[in-house]
Amino acid sequence: MTRAGAKFWVGAAAVMLLALAATAILKNEYWFYAGFVVLQFVVLATAWNILGGYAGYVNFGTSAFVGAGTYAAIVAIKALAAPLGVQILLAAGIAGLLGFATGLLTLRLRGIFFSIATVAVAIVLETFIVNWRFVGGSTGIQILRPVDTGLFGSYTKMLFLVMVGLSVAAAAIARTLEISWIGRGLRAVRDNEEAAESCGVPTLRLKLIACTISGALMGAAGAPMAVYQSYIEPASAFSLNYSILALAMPIVGGTAHWSGPVLGALLFGTLQQVVSATISSELNRLVIGVMLIVFVVGAPAGIVGLWRKWAAKRAGAGSP
Amino acid sequence: MALKLTVEGIDAGYGAVRALDGVSIAVGEGETVALLGTNGNGKSTLMKCIMGIVRPSRGAITLQLDDQTLDLCRLPTEEIVRAGVAMVPEGRRLFPKLTVEENLFLGAFRPEARRELAQGLDFCYQAFPVLKERRRQPAGSMSGGQQQMVAIARALMSRPRLLLVDEPSVGLSPLLVTQTIAKIKELKDSQGLTVLMAEQNLHQAIRIADRGYIIVHGKIVFHGESRAAIEANELVRSYYLGV
Repeated sequence: MTRAGAKFWVGAAAVMLLALAATAILKNEYWFYAGFVVLQFVVLATAWNILGGYAGYVNFGTSAFVGAGTYAAIVAIKALAAPLGVQILLAAGIAGLLGFATGLLTLRLRGIFFSIATVAVAIVLETFIVNWRFVGGSTGIQILRPVDTGLFGSYTKMLFLVMVGLSVAAAAIARTLEISWIGRGLRAVRDNEEAAESCGVPTLRLKLIACTISGALMGAAGAPMAVYQSYIEPASAFSLNYSILALAMPIVGGTAHWSGPVLGALLFGTLQQVVSATISSELNRLVIGVMLIVFVVGAPAGIVGLWRKWAAKRAGAGSP
Repeated sequence: MALKLTVEGIDAGYGAVRALDGVSIAVGEGETVALLGTNGNGKSTLMKCIMGIVRPSRGAITLQLDDQTLDLCRLPTEEIVRAGVAMVPEGRRLFPKLTVEENLFLGAFRPEARRELAQGLDFCYQAFPVLKERRRQPAGSMSGGQQQMVAIARALMSRPRLLLVDEPSVGLSPLLVTQTIAKIKELKDSQGLTVLMAEQNLHQAIRIADRGYIIVHGKIVFHGESRAAIEANELVRSYYLGV
């Protein structure tokens, strides 16, 4: 393992231990309730970035994959009475398949056409759920949390820890892809797809891999929503918020490195929670808008880009 | 003959525009064949057909490699590269934001080439020492001549046996064109490559070509079996030499 790899895994272990310690120490459930939401966006932003950041294919349909994950979990609960782990795996599988199918149908389209097609997927899927009585249709469905709270004292704490695990897994997957030949090929697609093709980079296959993994992670992030919210209806499960934030966070954090979407989601997500808890949830939207504009204009490479520029400048000043 | 590329009567185009009309050419092992013609006569389209980027509507393209025969019209581009064909595209088509080294890595995407990544890189840096100095620089920030070097090196990274070079002279100064053409010849000799080169600059191209085809409006109008035959041809004289 490389030094950077060792550092990553030590960091990942530290994050998980810290989260575990937090659940043991902190009494107020609110922290975990809010932390769950922030971490869900860490997973979503990271997942979005695999296709949107590395390959440059902007997915406007994150909500389709999150919603598919949530409803896959609902089906798992209603039909199979499956435990949370199975719900998440099933959701990842279904959303991954959805990603693959979407990719197969749309990845021959480039640029804005691909983005429009992903919006259509979200709309089609929501309409399908609205008309499916088994999962509650348009009125939604009530999900009862299991009474057993498991090892961690409270169900919310347990869900928080699950989301910590998913976040670490998502970052690890994104990082592994990034430093592999797949990541290299995806960067080539982003930079000049025609050239990538004529060099013998299997562009369609790489894009399909990215689309499937990205979709599966989004689905996995959507699955715990069923028991987290305990009441699910299509409009919120397929909320446009997912699509917008999953795209805004990597842009704020930086799309070139796996840490970009993680940082963007932590910063953005935390700020959102603070603003909506202290001021109002309406102002929240203003904050998103202003931050996006500031970053797009002032730091198009995001936080990671700013940091790299600063590091380069320091290195430049250090050498004569 | 261990390697032979045969293009037989292909038609190809973009929508309603027909770019190639019954084109047939052949390239044999160790040859340097020039495809001559001015802009817009179908040279690049023919190159793209061979690479599987544009599909001909009629005709056949086959590559005979030792004892196997490949139908290039049916293979995806990555398989064609895998079989040992590489292209230096017109206008270079680099990955401008990626570093020089990443550009070269991407030339070696096929599994066989990946295994020989270090040797491939060494060879390219030996052939083009300036690329080693600039390996951490974004490819888009280099001069035209250096970018052409990256494009050629990237193609060589896939360890090709047949190298297609599309208009190496575009956007380069006369001196750089002379150097680039000489470099192609040198690489061809040292690597035992077979080269098909599309060029509008006849004088430069026939310096290294064994044979040549002249393409006008998507049709092969003349096949010169030797340098002398090309120079003596009426069409060439009227087109290029103005006599």
